[in-house]
This record gives sequence, structure tokens and C-alpha cells, in this order.
Amino acid sequence: MRRIRRPSPPPRPAVVEKVPAADRFTLADLLGEATADIGSRPGRLVTTIVGTVLGVAALIATIGFAQTAAGQIARQFDAAAATSLVVTPATAQTGGSGGSGGSTVATGVLPWDAVERMERLAGVDSAALLAELSLPEATVTAVPVNDPSQAPPAPPALYAASAELLDAVGGHVATGRFFDSGHDARGDRVVVLGARAATRLGIERVDNQPSVFVDGIAYAVLGIVDRTDVRAELLDAVIMPTGTARDDVGLSTPGDLQARIAVGTGPQLSEQAPLTLAPDEPDSLQVQAPSARSQLGQAVQTDVNGVFVILSVIVLLAGGVGITSVTMLSVVERTGEIGLRRAVGATARQIAGQFVAESVVIGLLGGLIGAAVGVFGVVVISVARGWAPVVDPWVALGGIVLGAVLGLLAGGLPARRAARIEPVEALRGGT
Amino acid sequence: MTAPAIELRDVTRSFPGPPEVQALKGVNLTVPDGDYLSIIGPSGSGKSTMLNLLGLLDRPTVGEYRLGGVLTSTLTEDERAALRARQLGFVFQAFHLMSRRTVLDNVVLPMLYAGTPRAEREPRARAALERVGLGHRMGFLPGRLSGGERQRVAVARAVATRPRVLLADEPTGNLDQTTTGEIMALFEELHADGLTLVLITHDGGVARRARRSIRLTDGRAEEV
Repeated sequence: MRRIRRPSPPPRPAVVEKVPAADRFTLADLLGEATADIGSRPGRLVTTIVGTVLGVAALIATIGFAQTAAGQIARQFDAAAATSLVVTPATAQTGGSGGSGGSTVATGVLPWDAVERMERLAGVDSAALLAELSLPEATVTAVPVNDPSQAPPAPPALYAASAELLDAVGGHVATGRFFDSGHDARGDRVVVLGARAATRLGIERVDNQPSVFVDGIAYAVLGIVDRTDVRAELLDAVIMPTGTARDDVGLSTPGDLQARIAVGTGPQLSEQAPLTLAPDEPDSLQVQAPSARSQLGQAVQTDVNGVFVILSVIVLLAGGVGITSVTMLSVVERTGEIGLRRAVGATARQIAGQFVAESVVIGLLGGLIGAAVGVFGVVVISVARGWAPVVDPWVALGGIVLGAVLGLLAGGLPARRAARIEPVEALRGGT
Repeated sequence: MTAPAIELRDVTRSFPGPPEVQALKGVNLTVPDGDYLSIIGPSGSGKSTMLNLLGLLDRPTVGEYRLGGVLTSTLTEDERAALRARQLGFVFQAFHLMSRRTVLDNVVLPMLYAGTPRAEREPRARAALERVGLGHRMGFLPGRLSGGERQRVAVARAVATRPRVLLADEPTGNLDQTTTGEIMALFEELHADGLTLVLITHDGGVARRARRSIRLTDGRAEEV
């Protein structure tokens, strides 16, 4: 007959009275015992952790260089896009039910002193107001004569901007000059032309003091802009000071805010800008800011050098073997101590735990030093090359954890051996 | 009536061969609390086996060993470790001090495993060291102490957990005549304070200073 179930043994009275939890051999005690001897032999400690240090350092440096190179490439490719920030009032659809006759109206408005407010924010290099003037009836010509035989050309776009615009869009003046804040404040009748608009209006030079006529009012042409980093549409436009636009064409709101910002400040500024410009209703403003990392950067980052990673892993494995062998040696040397601990009441598990903890701490130390060396290496070489060093903090943290895990794995074998030492055998010897 | 500190009944320990060796043969022994017993015998007579059995480091092949009334043969290894920590103190011929830890740390060590209340550990270790006359050596490393001082540290370590029985294995084997006398005097003082002592030695002079003595010959015990 087969026995289905073994009766459980009757409960035995406790042989030894329970110890209060606070007085038991805790993890803290274990760590204390495991780390007490680590520093006592600096020379041996160095030989134990050197492999781990080199492995972790090599791994972090490899990943760090890949990230740095990616960041470098991204910076060169999209420097302009990464530094342009635009704040626009939010818009809403009104009127036309059924999709016909609807129009968009701005639900928010920028303050007239938006430029001053923005320039107070850290990371903003320069900011300017820019509004497109929609004057469908307006004519823009270089001559005041209305020639009926000529088909009326489509007028160039008309913009109102503050004086800082040139700096904010990274523009370059081919000839003449840009208007300044004085023109703006006085509402002087001056304009600056985009290069293509100037060609269409037949204006090539400004030293003969040409004028353009907007709705019949003459404006002195101060200069011609032939290049901008962003807002290339300005090259097709006639740009007048905001103050002038308010006086002459009834500009009622400042339009958009165009800012040039420091690389990497996009995410932070896109939160701060609405609060600065419309503290009462930050949702009424929309911000187009570059994200922290470009798509291009992401793509390049994945291309970490495989050969170096493999080499680093091999060095790391060698480091693990180093920890194992030195800890093994330490177990043999400390046989007497292990026997004594067993005799005074340590269980086999506590002995194993002590050696595992010791090698984890050694691994952790190696990971820590390795991570520091790796990051330092990336920084030093980047600075020497004039690059901006980029190391993801998680990579450095991962390196430290990797060292600890390596120590954990490497400590398993010596710990098993230490736990199997018979106290009887161990106490027979000397020391 | 309380159970005796140590009670051996028909204990035999044999080591499987070939040839099979019987290190102890049918030993009966009772050590009441407060006793001071020496076990003497030439090498190979089973002294070490006896110590290992008494110290719960080994199990008898046949027979029963009760420590403080607890039958030890049914205990798990962890329970035996706990019993060692609470009930026994060890003093070895080779001292077995941790060379890179201070004298005080060495004495605190067994209390870590014995579950001595945390706050009492250091005061007790200091008291034990004062007791053996080493109050001025607490911060020293064992390497800087003489042999006699090292053995006194080991004695302090053994008594700091307040064990029921102190087991000493050739405690004077590495010491000269004078320091042997000092250690034996220390044992006598501890005995006078009520500690139960079992001393294993091959030195007849040392053995005679105990209150009673048993001789091991070829694995058999006889009262002297």
C-alpha cells in the first residue's frame, strides 16, 4: 500500500528560547562583520577590485563616448532648430457650424512687454515680438504711381516686429541696418526688407534712401536682410517696427514671440514661458520648443560600438573571476575564524552570508570606482576635444549596480565553500 | 531537581573505516552545574572526539547526550548552533582570536550570535576583560599581546555570553609554566564564581588542579 501523506511531526517544545528581534543577528550585523576586514589589507583589496574597476570603467566610457558623439552630431546638425522657441496665443474655432464660414480667433494674448519678461528667464538669449499683418487690401509698391496697365502683383507679406528680431532669428543684414528700439518707440515710418521681397520691389541698395509705399504711406527702407536661421518666410516680407504698425495699421495685439534659447533649455522654458507671459491664464499660450533630445541623437545613440562592449564584458568577467579567487583564498586563510564563528553559534547560512556580503561590497566598491573612472575619462577626453560630454546618469548608476551584481555572483562559490567548512576541522589548525 | 549541565549515556563515536575506528566506547558521564572536571588522556585516546561531542560540533554514533536536560541528537544544525551560542563557551589551545580585530571586538563577537541584548554587549565585554585583568588592553590587536594575555582574551570571550558550561581544549598547551599557572588560577576563580568547567588536557599537573578528573584510555572513560 502506498502512503499518500506523511503525518507532520508533532510540534516540539522550543529548545532555545526566542531572542527578541532587535537582538538577533541582523543584516546590519552581517554587513558589519563582512566589511570589518575589507580595508585591513589595502594591497589585496586593490588586486581584487582592479578587474571590476577596469571592466565597469571601460563599459561606461564606451557608452559615454557613444552618447557624447551622438550629442555632438545632433548639435552640429540641428543647432538652429534646437535653439528656436516660439510662443503663440492659443486659438479656437468659432462661428461656422458645419465647417463653413468658421474662423480661428486667438483666445489668448501676449503682453506688450513680453520681450522684457522673456529675457529675464535663464536660457533665453534674445526674444522679439513678431506679428503678421493681414491687410488684404493693402498695396505695397516701391513707386507711388498706380499703373493701370500693369496687373497688380501680389503684395509681399507684411510683418510687424520688435527691434530684437534680427538677433532672435539669427538674421544677417546684407546692406543698410535693422531698425532699433528708438524707431519702434517713436513709431517712425521705416521698414526692413527681406532679400526676395526687395528684389520683387526692385530695391537693391539703400544708400540712395529708397522708400516703399504701403497703402500709399511712404516708409524709408533701412536695410535688407538676406539670411535668417529660422523663419525663412521673413525673406519674402516687409518688416516694420511694432510701434509703427500700431500707429499706422492699427496693430492691436503683439502676435507671436520668437526667442533664441540655449541648447537643452527647451523643456524647461516651455513650462516657464506661459507662466511668465500670462501668469493668470498660462493655458492661453502655446509654446513650440525643441525637445531635450533630437530624433537624430536617439538614432545615433543606439549605435554603441559593439566590439568595445564585448571587450568590456570580458574584462568584467575577468574581474568577477578575480573576486572569486581572492575571496576563495580568503576563505582558506580564515578557516580558523570560520570554525570559531561556527563554534560560538554562527549558522552555516550566516557564514555564507558574510562572504557573499563581503564580495558584494567589494564588487560595489569596484563598480563605484569604475563608474567614476569611466565618467572622468569621458569628461577629460571630451574637454580635450572641445565636445560637450554626455553620460546618462542611469548608465553610471547601472555601472555601480553591475559591480555589486558581479560581486554577488562571484561570491557564491567561496560562500558555499565557507559554509561547508566543518568547525571541527577548522579549529584543529593554528591562528 | 534540575537537570545536570552535561549528561552522556552510553555514548559511542565511531568513524567509518576501513578500518572502522571507535574513538569513544560506551562513555557515561554526568557533570552537574558548578562542577570543575578535567578530562585527561594521551593523544589518540579520544580527547578531541570528546570535546567535539560535548561542544555540539559532532554527533555521537550511538547513545544520548543531554545538554542542560535537552536531548541534542534530535536537534537541527541551526538549533545546535543556537544552543552552542547560548549554553557553551570555548577556549582553544590555539586561542583562535581574529588577528585584525581589536581585543574588545574579539570578545563582542560571540554575543552577536548569542542574541545578547544589543545595549549590553560592549559593557559585558568590557566587564569580562576587566575580570581577566586585561582592562588596559581593550583596543589592542591580539598580535601585540603575549600568549598568556591572548588566552585570557579567549577566556573573556568564552565567559562574556554567560554560558552554562565552559569547554577548554588544552588551554595551556601553548603556554609556558608561569602563564599556565596564571590561566589555571583564573579558571579556579571562575569556578569559585559558579561557572561549570570542563577542561581537556594531556598534562597531569593541570588536570590535578580540577575538582575531579576522568581519564580516557583507548576510548573508555574512568574516574580517577
